[in-house]
Amino acid sequence: MNISTRQFENAAIVDVTGDITLYNTPEVRKTLLDLLKEKRVKRVIVNLEKVKYIDSAGVASLVEGLKLSRDLKSGFALYGLSKTTREVLELTRLLKVFEVYDNEEEALSAIPGGAGGAK
Amino acid sequence: MPAQPISKENTSGKSADIAISVRNLRVRYGTREILHGVNFEVPAGETLVIMGGSGCGKSTLLRTLVGLEHPSEGEIWIQGKNFAGMSGTQRDDLRKKMGMSFQSGALFGSMTVGENVALPLREHTPLDESTIDIVVRLKLDQVGLSGFENYMPAQLSGGMKKRAAIARALAMDPEILFFDEPSAGLDPIIAAGLDELILKLKKAFRITIVVVTHELASAFLIADRMILLDKGVVAAKGTPEELRQNTGPRVRQFLDRVPEPEMAAEIDYLQMLTGENPPQRR
Repeated sequence: MNISTRQFENAAIVDVTGDITLYNTPEVRKTLLDLLKEKRVKRVIVNLEKVKYIDSAGVASLVEGLKLSRDLKSGFALYGLSKTTREVLELTRLLKVFEVYDNEEEALSAIPGGAGGAK
Repeated sequence: MPAQPISKENTSGKSADIAISVRNLRVRYGTREILHGVNFEVPAGETLVIMGGSGCGKSTLLRTLVGLEHPSEGEIWIQGKNFAGMSGTQRDDLRKKMGMSFQSGALFGSMTVGENVALPLREHTPLDESTIDIVVRLKLDQVGLSGFENYMPAQLSGGMKKRAAIARALAMDPEILFFDEPSAGLDPIIAAGLDELILKLKKAFRITIVVVTHELASAFLIADRMILLDKGVVAAKGTPEELRQNTGPRVRQFLDRVPEPEMAAEIDYLQMLTGENPPQRR
């Protein structure tokens, strides 16, 4: 798995490539928490277009990012979910908990925290 | 979580779509052979139910599949890899993809339910405690035990203990899940709830499931395929419908719940007691 970050105005886009599993998700968690807690980014958007599979621990890291963003009143969104990733979030009853967009343009143009719910 | 794509590594021509392939498996305890050349396959994402009477070798078979017993002969291929031929490290890596729910539940009584579920994650992964806490709550939610993470096992009913044990078996997102007598000792309503849970796990997460049971109603409800073990050999195998239609005498006796005839005629019994002609147990 590879992870990198792009800055886009007030938002940080986190590009993840590869499966997110319990063995590499600490890296995802660290990136998300650093952006929110240390760099005080106003909106974190996770690009999951190149993630084919995410396991429970990967989901847990996204939940941690979402929780912290709410505590800090920042935005937190996902886009580009594969069929499998979408199923995982559905099965864990989290799809409607996250702000989910189809693509980067939609995620960037949405009002932070205002879109809510899955698309 | 849905199972990851099965490894395409494929030695010795074993299909990558077959999660488990057992070839001519023999297991001995000392000089006594328990399994006498067992053969079967489990396609990925399906549920295999192993049935058979007490002492037929089904628990031995399950323990051998998860590596707790060693075959004296034969092969076990898991996801296209020869399980028996692996080094200890390779086997440990593969075991991380396998979950096991023991007949007794095997929860640690001195730990909370949450700590029990967290144990494999703490032992085998680099996850932070806060991540583990969330995974534990996800898993307990999946088995209908949300909010029970701080309970001690002794505070749970039998059915809840089984569910907690399943949550622990699911903690590492296994691709193959083994159940040993999941309904044993449970009332019919709780047992039916466990059957539903097994069906849900298969459908939702596409896990390959192997269940050992002699509960017929449960077996026919959850199985995609079944094998009937009798005295250490596979007496019959097939879909539930094929088993229902099977006219083999041992299959009919088991499925129709016909008691065993008297073990031996009086003369054989006398010979057995006096050691002249001990019965040949396979």
